[in-house]
Amino acid sequence: MRNMFSKFAGFSDNNMASVNDIRTMFPALERKVYGKNLVYLDNAATGQRLSSVIDAWNESTLSRNSNLHRAVHLLASEATQDYESTRDAVRDYLNAEFREEIIFTSGTTASINLVAFSFGEAFVKEGSEIIVSEAEHHSNIVPWQMLCQRKGAILRVIPVDDDGYLKLDELAAMLNDRTAIVCVTHISNVLGIINPVSEIVRLCHSYGVPVLIDGAQGAVHCRVDVRDIDCDFYAFSGHKIYAATGTGILYGKKRWLEAMPPYMGGGEMVGNVKFTGTTYAPLPMKFEAGTQNFSSAVTLKPAIEFLKLLNDNKLTQYHDEIRDFVLDSLLKDERIRLYGVPRGTNKDKIALFSFSVDGVHHEDIALILDKMGIATRSGQMCAEPVMDRFGVTGMLRASFAPYNTMQEAEYFIKCLDRAINMLK
Amino acid sequence: MTLKEAEEAVVDEFSIYDEWLDKYEYLIELGKNLKDYPESAKTDDRLIKGCQSRVWLDYSVQDGKIVFNADSDAIITKGIISLLIGIYSGRTAAEIASSDFSVVEKIGLKENLSPTRANGLVSMIDRIRQVAKENK
Repeated sequence: MRNMFSKFAGFSDNNMASVNDIRTMFPALERKVYGKNLVYLDNAATGQRLSSVIDAWNESTLSRNSNLHRAVHLLASEATQDYESTRDAVRDYLNAEFREEIIFTSGTTASINLVAFSFGEAFVKEGSEIIVSEAEHHSNIVPWQMLCQRKGAILRVIPVDDDGYLKLDELAAMLNDRTAIVCVTHISNVLGIINPVSEIVRLCHSYGVPVLIDGAQGAVHCRVDVRDIDCDFYAFSGHKIYAATGTGILYGKKRWLEAMPPYMGGGEMVGNVKFTGTTYAPLPMKFEAGTQNFSSAVTLKPAIEFLKLLNDNKLTQYHDEIRDFVLDSLLKDERIRLYGVPRGTNKDKIALFSFSVDGVHHEDIALILDKMGIATRSGQMCAEPVMDRFGVTGMLRASFAPYNTMQEAEYFIKCLDRAINMLK
Repeated sequence: MTLKEAEEAVVDEFSIYDEWLDKYEYLIELGKNLKDYPESAKTDDRLIKGCQSRVWLDYSVQDGKIVFNADSDAIITKGIISLLIGIYSGRTAAEIASSDFSVVEKIGLKENLSPTRANGLVSMIDRIRQVAKENK
């Protein structure tokens, strides 16, 4: 084993121990597929679930399954406490100023739709301009298109260059006094390039324009500090950070959230309800209509604990070595066209690789890899405009998590070669 | 060979391969051997909906028999449609209508393909059935 890795500088047996420790926290990684070890490389879509997450869900379901915020009995009180302390944990992790800036949602898509509706109602009018980028997935395009249709606003698009970097000089030229909001991804789920979000926010703020950051991938791979980024909104999903599905967060600056009307009505989002009119609850409940997904929301707490653990660990270095190895292997292979190529330093790129192979359909490769035990994603990856930008109908994507090993990376590269040879 | 015999022959052929990778190799070969499909026939009305990859199915009626031709931009899909054509092309509408298409289950295609692909398979079969119905 040792020799196999010795070519990767800085790698030691100690790191190996830690990746194995991490793996034991994810029971799903033990499963076999078609009699082979599962090599799960579809992490950008869904991360496998932590056992601490599964435990938190079970615990919540078994001992405090009760609606939040309403009843006086013990179960309701415990459920509320658990839910609200999760909000505190998220606030702390994101370094948000106020706990009421943290809104629970069902995921990134729901978070963005909330802003598109409520911010749109308050601040977007006919002729307003909304700026997104060419690297967005559908969840950060379609809600804004719908808003533009409702309001007669105009959607403008920051292009990406051939390497997958945003053309920020074009953003600078686009900003004007009609710009209502700029919505960009922290990291594209196709290109895997980390966008300079702080710089984007500074630029937009200099024009008085608020910024929403789509953190679906960013929250997984970056230590997000919303006050440091100074973004106005930050949206992400729980299922990608190893928590339960159907969970998500919208961070929003209090002054915006307070000025925005509610998105959905019902449940405990109210002050008083009369047929003559209704007043609304203060933040954050104003934006949490109906019975919340409390059994799942509380799994964000152990998920965040795990993210913190990663930050303090040499595992990051090991993970970077995997990224460098896969990146080198793909770039070196002349049959492969990689989308999202880091310039100068690999640090701009996460271990997420979307590519196509000349003369071979992405779906064929994914099917063959599947039978070799490797789970990858093929298709448009919910980002059709990115496919159009690079002139393809789809791509193959391998996205790595901290529990993936160098052996898995090497096995992937070997199997990919075999699959291409089968298909050529 | 009757249609039933043709179906059984495919089941036999497939049973030779234990490993799914070998089955894929076989499908890839079938895909590569499918006869040329004209570019001009790659039209939307010949496109089968429900597949992740694009599949076109065309047919003509010759001496009361339906002759199919197809193409796909993905080679395994092309292998699957080629396999179906091998069984169902050159048959009368009544013959095709009499088949329960259980051959795809017998060779394990249905459960061993991703749901999107399985949907594509169902769409391919639906299209073949529909063609048979329209040409009764």
